[in-house]
Amino acid sequence: MRMPEPDGAVIARKRAIVETLRTLVPGPGGVIFDEDELRAYETDGLTAYRQIPMIVVLPSSTAEVSAVLRYCHDEGIKIVPRGAGTGLSGGALPLADGITLGLSKLNRILEVDYPNRCVVTQPGVTNLGITRAVEAEGFYYAPDPSSQIACSIGGNIAENSGGVHCLKYGLTTNNVLGVEFVLMDGTVVRFGGKHLDAEGYDLLGVVTGSEGLLGIVTEVTVRILRKPATARALLLGFPSSEQAGDCVAEIIAAGIIPGGMEMMDKPAIHATEAFVHAGYPLDVEALLIVELDGPEAEVEHLIERVDAIARQQGATYHRASAGEAEREAFWSGRKNAFPAVGRISPDYLCMDGTIPRNRLPEVLARMREMSERYGLRVANVFHAGDGNLHPLILYDANKPDELARTEAFGAEILKLCVEVGGVLTGEHGVGVEKRDLMGAMFDETDLKQQQRLKCAFDPDQLLNPGKVFPQLHRCAELGRLHVHHGKLPFPDLPRF
Amino acid sequence: MSDSWKPTDDAQVLEAVAWASAEEVPLEIVGQGSKRSFGRPLQCERDLDLSGLSGITLYEPGELVLSAKAGTALSEIRAALEDARQELAFEPPDLAPFFGRPAGAGTLGGTIAANLSGPRRINAGAARDHFLGFQAVSGRGERFKSGGRVMKNVTGYDLPKLLAGSFGTLAVMTDVTVKVLPAPEKQRTVLLFGLDDAAAVAALSAALGSPHEVSGAAHLPAAVAAGSSVDFVAGAGTAVTAIRLEGHGPSVEARCAALREALAAGGPAAAAQEELHSQRSRTLWREIAELAPFVVRPELAVWRISVAPSEGPKVAATLADLPEMLHYFDWGGGLLWLGTAAGGTAEEVRVRGAVATVGGHATLLRAPARVRLAVPVFQPLDAARAALSRRVKEGFDPRRILNPGRMVPEL
Ligand SMILES: Cc1cc2nc3c(=O)[nH]c(=O)nc-3n(C[C@H](O)[C@H](O)[C@H](O)COP(=O)(O)OP(=O)(O)OC[C@H]3O[C@@H](n4cnc5c(N)ncnc54)[C@H](O)[C@@H]3O)c2cc1C
Repeated sequence: MRMPEPDGAVIARKRAIVETLRTLVPGPGGVIFDEDELRAYETDGLTAYRQIPMIVVLPSSTAEVSAVLRYCHDEGIKIVPRGAGTGLSGGALPLADGITLGLSKLNRILEVDYPNRCVVTQPGVTNLGITRAVEAEGFYYAPDPSSQIACSIGGNIAENSGGVHCLKYGLTTNNVLGVEFVLMDGTVVRFGGKHLDAEGYDLLGVVTGSEGLLGIVTEVTVRILRKPATARALLLGFPSSEQAGDCVAEIIAAGIIPGGMEMMDKPAIHATEAFVHAGYPLDVEALLIVELDGPEAEVEHLIERVDAIARQQGATYHRASAGEAEREAFWSGRKNAFPAVGRISPDYLCMDGTIPRNRLPEVLARMREMSERYGLRVANVFHAGDGNLHPLILYDANKPDELARTEAFGAEILKLCVEVGGVLTGEHGVGVEKRDLMGAMFDETDLKQQQRLKCAFDPDQLLNPGKVFPQLHRCAELGRLHVHHGKLPFPDLPRF
Repeated sequence: MSDSWKPTDDAQVLEAVAWASAEEVPLEIVGQGSKRSFGRPLQCERDLDLSGLSGITLYEPGELVLSAKAGTALSEIRAALEDARQELAFEPPDLAPFFGRPAGAGTLGGTIAANLSGPRRINAGAARDHFLGFQAVSGRGERFKSGGRVMKNVTGYDLPKLLAGSFGTLAVMTDVTVKVLPAPEKQRTVLLFGLDDAAAVAALSAALGSPHEVSGAAHLPAAVAAGSSVDFVAGAGTAVTAIRLEGHGPSVEARCAALREALAAGGPAAAAQEELHSQRSRTLWREIAELAPFVVRPELAVWRISVAPSEGPKVAATLADLPEMLHYFDWGGGLLWLGTAAGGTAEEVRVRGAVATVGGHATLLRAPARVRLAVPVFQPLDAARAALSRRVKEGFDPRRILNPGRMVPEL
């Protein structure tokens, strides 16, 4: 992976930088610079790429984050933000001449406010930690990435993470009310709060999903929801993925938005069943998990309707969860799909494109063709309701050129997603992984306009450089306006 | 009177903006003009009228997605969605009558640019939450796009969020794509009578914190309730608190019964209840969304105040002595609509002062042009955010030719 050329002059000053950082972050274990200890930070969830950072700093307060950034800004030192390091696109991949700024010590929930149905928390708290803090009162935080026991809420904001329930309850961006945010020059700003809607430009919406390129999230306010009274899941097996896809379309056309709607193909079903013994049928080509949640009357009513639709669409296997234990068992397979595939292959690469759902059969067929051509197996899990595909490409990093072939296969899948009207990434982010594919979706003008937004936040481009954008332009160059004076346009344009 | 251009395709929009950028001629960006008097008054040499850029370009109900030219009439979008029993779930309010224009005016692009949402904002989200992608021309005179036509997309910065609520000050949208959802089969509204503001917001908070999926939570003090065209509300002779439940038939009935029981158990204050079904319920929420209490009082200046729900009643109490003060709450208490005699700076200082003590923002949604020139219409930002906003504007519209000063003088 091509990264910005490390700045030897900065690396040569490592000692002095460490000394200064220790005064800015004086607590024990706040500054890490020993090679062995640094190794723990060399990669994130995209383990194919590794780089030992120059220094790791773990601040304990917003004031410390601000002080570190101001110092690095003044000294021209690059910063890579890091939450829990579970990201799957290499967003937290370190730089040889950069400081990895970890938020793991900012790990306290600051306030639970039931009357206003929100939680104020530091960014290092895990996604599940928020739900744990409020579940005794019957509340939960809705976006639930499969990594929820480990990933941080700050990382969720940076990636605008999703989960299996986001068709009905939205992504992170739809569930965040406010953040405290530190800009690269150390300025601390607040966007949003416990109230709704932005005053002025929606900068909260902009920093959500900005992959650590615009600033550091140091505090978060999220809305919490009351747990639905009941939830039941249906497990539906189909002889073909086309039929499963049609079933999804029919459910939505009937005006039903399930709490969750997930699909797995045969390789994924077999891998997960062997791993967690969820009770999945092994003789079907595609499996759907459809979860209905709400009051009992609604769930009973909709379970019947969905089941009828599934029968019409040719489902050969159906089973409705009888109790909580069984519902959780249905989900356990899906939620463990990644590690399950990890067991049947030395390595796997998880892709994350989104497609218009009705193109699914075609995309799956072409993926099978690619799988043969590249000589690599692929298992598919799919957020069926919203068209977000997760093809898992199985490979062995120890075999020469298998990683390169895997990456080429993955790139071809993502380009296919764009070709059929979809996008490169639905929830995992661009990071370094999809950076060089951005041109498949955006032209130069689109990308430059995005980078001008970056310039408003970080004009020296010291925050997480080398991520998201295939080519870095200097802000001065991006700001230049090429003016062509002409005559008044279109005299024939209707005017009144 | 300014000169008006009415392009009929994207190329003409590009040509017009590129020319204006080169010549540094400010443009006022207009849809159907339904919200033209929202914001600081503009003095532009030319109007760019986008209502000729019209038509639905893609609608796939099964995919929950609709794309249209930005100048498409909202009424046309609504009609198409209704045919497939779908809707824009953020409930865009028709504010044309409130602004003294014929009902039904407004375009999809204008709705998004103003990021206006109705009572369902509390659980379905705002316009910005349903805005998936766009094509636009920046103030630099360049065509660009962002987002897409799928619901789940984190490819690059979320520029749709930035353009939603930017009031045409960053780019001229030519094509927009939104998420659409099935329209609820059924709705019911539970009414509680005689609660004061604080007790009402406490009851709304309890309802919103219940598992009954409340999709509307408003409180109308007696003076506002009396003006409703819904008999049960107007005839109450006291304050009315309204809680809406929507969804599949059996679900709404069950939730309604359960909610009423829970509220009754909440104490004697909440004991007086009534229930509105379909048409009456719809009418009441339309009145709440479309600011009906202020449509009939065109002389009042109207503030839109967004705070944490529990703070709403306190803010209203602090401002109770404003001349001719008339108010009601939506969003469970978090949205305070407040009318007052159209004064100026004195009222502004009071309103913004009250909001400052609790956090949130106040927008002067309606007032005579001289007032909107004299006082900040949008909540003034602190120095850091103001500087950031200026730099964002600089990146999109460096010569300040798009709606310059519509939000604040420097943008
Ligand atoms: C097994 C597995 C399952 C997964 N399932 C899902 C899933 O279902 N849905 C989904 O969306 N994702 C999923 N992910 C991906 C990942 O968990 C999410 O992207 C998560 O939000 C990353 O959080 P993190 O704290 O680990 O962030 P990191 O990996 O540490 O960082 C991610 C990015 O955010 C930036 N960042 C982190 N913290 C901050 C901060 N405080 N301020 C500014 N920038 C910051 C980093 O620079 C980096 O660019 C999965 C990952 C794994 C390993």
